[in-house]
Amino acid sequence: MFNIRQIPLAAWIGLLLTGLAVICALFAQWIAPHGNGEIVGDVWAPMSSAHWLGTDNLGRDLLSRMIYGARITIFIAGMATALSFSLGAILGFTAAVVGGLVDTLMSGVVDLLMAIPTLIFGLVILAVLPANNVTLILVMGILSSTRVYRLSRAVAADINAMDFVEAAKLRGEGLSWIIFREILPNAMSLLVAELGLRFIFSVLFLSALSYLGLGVQPPDADWGGMVMENKDGIVFGIPAALIPAAAIAGLGISVNLVVDWVLTRTTSFKGGRD
Amino acid sequence: MANGHAKPRHESDVLLEIRNLKVEATVYSPNEKPRDVTIVDGVSLALKRGKVLGLIGESGAGKSTIGLSAMGYGRGGVRITGGEVLLNGRDILQGGVKGLRKVRGSEVCYVAQSAAAAFNPAHRLMDQVVEAALLHGLGTRAEAEKRAIALFKKLRLPDAQKIGSRYPHQVSGGQLQRVMTAMALCSEPDLIVFDEPTTALDVTTQIDVLAAIKDAIRDTSVAALYITHDLAVVAQVSDEIMVLQDGKMVEHGETRQVIEAPRMDYTKALVSVRSIDHEEKNPAQEPLLSVRNITAAYGGDAVKVLQHVSVDIHPGQTLAVVGESGSGKSTLARVITGLLPPIAGSITFANRMLAPRLADRSRDDLRELQMIYQMADVAMNPRQTVGTIIGRPLEFYFGMRGKERDARVGELLDEIEMGKGFVHRYPAELSGGQKQRVCIARALAAKPKLIICDEVTSALDPLVADGILKLLLRLQKFEDVAYLFITHDLATVKAIADSIAVMYRGEVVRYGSKTQVLRPPFDAYTDLLLSSVPEMEVGWLESAIKGRRMESAGN
Repeated sequence: MFNIRQIPLAAWIGLLLTGLAVICALFAQWIAPHGNGEIVGDVWAPMSSAHWLGTDNLGRDLLSRMIYGARITIFIAGMATALSFSLGAILGFTAAVVGGLVDTLMSGVVDLLMAIPTLIFGLVILAVLPANNVTLILVMGILSSTRVYRLSRAVAADINAMDFVEAAKLRGEGLSWIIFREILPNAMSLLVAELGLRFIFSVLFLSALSYLGLGVQPPDADWGGMVMENKDGIVFGIPAALIPAAAIAGLGISVNLVVDWVLTRTTSFKGGRD
Repeated sequence: MANGHAKPRHESDVLLEIRNLKVEATVYSPNEKPRDVTIVDGVSLALKRGKVLGLIGESGAGKSTIGLSAMGYGRGGVRITGGEVLLNGRDILQGGVKGLRKVRGSEVCYVAQSAAAAFNPAHRLMDQVVEAALLHGLGTRAEAEKRAIALFKKLRLPDAQKIGSRYPHQVSGGQLQRVMTAMALCSEPDLIVFDEPTTALDVTTQIDVLAAIKDAIRDTSVAALYITHDLAVVAQVSDEIMVLQDGKMVEHGETRQVIEAPRMDYTKALVSVRSIDHEEKNPAQEPLLSVRNITAAYGGDAVKVLQHVSVDIHPGQTLAVVGESGSGKSTLARVITGLLPPIAGSITFANRMLAPRLADRSRDDLRELQMIYQMADVAMNPRQTVGTIIGRPLEFYFGMRGKERDARVGELLDEIEMGKGFVHRYPAELSGGQKQRVCIARALAAKPKLIICDEVTSALDPLVADGILKLLLRLQKFEDVAYLFITHDLATVKAIADSIAVMYRGEVVRYGSKTQVLRPPFDAYTDLLLSSVPEMEVGWLESAIKGRRMESAGN
């Protein structure tokens, strides 16, 4: 299935950087030279052999913070994406297969949610609800599931009109067989592409929320939160805020490169072994 | 070129000569290196002025490729890699792009299979008909339009003066195909390539178009390559026939010889297709399925597609439902399966009343009534293997699992003459005929009492379709299953039916046992339908046109 020599350079770069971020996230406590909240030196110390990326606004090792930040960023964005996909895809498929009143009602609610700008909506809800990671994941997941719902419904409506789905209905198959065994395998390649994009949007959304102080709460920090903590340093020519910002951009681009590659590999709709 | 603008006329009466044509294409299959395959291999032919050569073969035989090579064209990355195509005495393959442009549309014209897809929907018909003639400077616009109108008349198009100002969607399919023929004839070419011009048409319309094309060819003394997979059609229009298989010539001869005394085994098989002997069975005491006074409509009650339809199907027998497109025969299948609840009428199946809606039917009702579709490729999930496709009904209806199920799948694969080796194949890895066989096995797996076959052979090549029909008849014998066979092909009906229902505009116009329905006197529509089916006999077309009592709808 995977032929290593067929992977293009761009995909290699994407895989490498994404892999690096994931490894940091998984093994943070073993990789990081210092603890997450440990104060080890001066405020905003420059890069040195002891502190490769320097220290932050409270004198914590920036490299260690970055590595722990990767864990929080990827965990929350990943969970939110997973939630938005299970929710959006299942509801979208159901709407397309069942149709009628169910479809009209669900699509109406989704349209209503989509009509409100996502960031403002997120800020309002997070300001009211208790600030913790679970709320964050729920809010982000539900808001981004509306986009997934729209896509899945459109894809499933196309597949639903094909004869093999009609054959399954004539056999008497239930809703779950039709959704998970007939439609889902044929919608997979599109959903995989959307999955990557949704993940990046989740990273960006989380960073924005944290920057505004409604995301991950101190002493923990994701990359967006770290940009906020160190933003005042920029005035004094201290680059500490730029490092997490670059990490966000880097992760976004590398995931995109991977998705592009996956998409060109799996767009064949002929089925079978690909 | 020396003889530049004027059309070169040579003394010899051979118009087109193709010598040792070789056509290749590069195939890019996944997980393999791109490789070259030969589509046409060493075909030679010669065509005299004013003569018609029929090219016949199954899909993939290379007939369209040869037809297009007469215009120096290779479709979709296909390359002409060897041989010569001599038109009016010079090799058009050597003339370069400029030379080809001069030839196409002035010396050779093309009539495509689907006129609906070949016309630009944004332009009026007349603009498209005269375009080639104007481009090649063959007279002024007024002259070209005059010629086009004369051609419209010759092709018996209604309202010949004004039809040119219509858009493609404003005329019927049969008319559009004739307009396309007028387009090809408008620049007065020496040769026309007809690529399956009547295949997409209803049988009653096909005969009109065929007759119009034949008259036009005779009156303009243009030469033609006529490409089709239907030997009976080509027998009506061509002087000579060339039979092709896998890019190679099988037989070439005069039409009468090929039809009446074919020399090669492959041609013999093509000629004898659909000569299945099927003895009609007598109706049983009690019908298996009884449809009473069904009326059905789409979109509320606005458009009634079925009106007071009543038919019976007897156990282990075949009811054929025939009619042209739009006659409501597929809708009848949808009503019986419960996909479209009728607005009036009732259906009794195996002595119990069937619920009108699919959702209200019991699992046994669903199991005993299976369906096979026209397009086998979309009737199977492309992401499931043959084993899963056939195994699922066994799991679902009989709770079979593991070894027991696999063994039964193997048995079914043997029954459809495919064998256990296919269990792990995906639909994309099967041929058209194999796909349809897997669909048959899936229906059989449910041990049904009735199978609805919706045009199951119309997308297949004649020989493959023949195999499927024989298989269905054999299975009927030892599974004792009844068929509701929907088709527009009367040859198929004659081959397999025990009783026949003729449908026209949502009503059953004639119904009874096969001998009753096919015995004169006929009503006007059945007569039209029966007399429109091309027969493998030279001169059939003229006698059929003469004997008709009713005009076709033109679809």
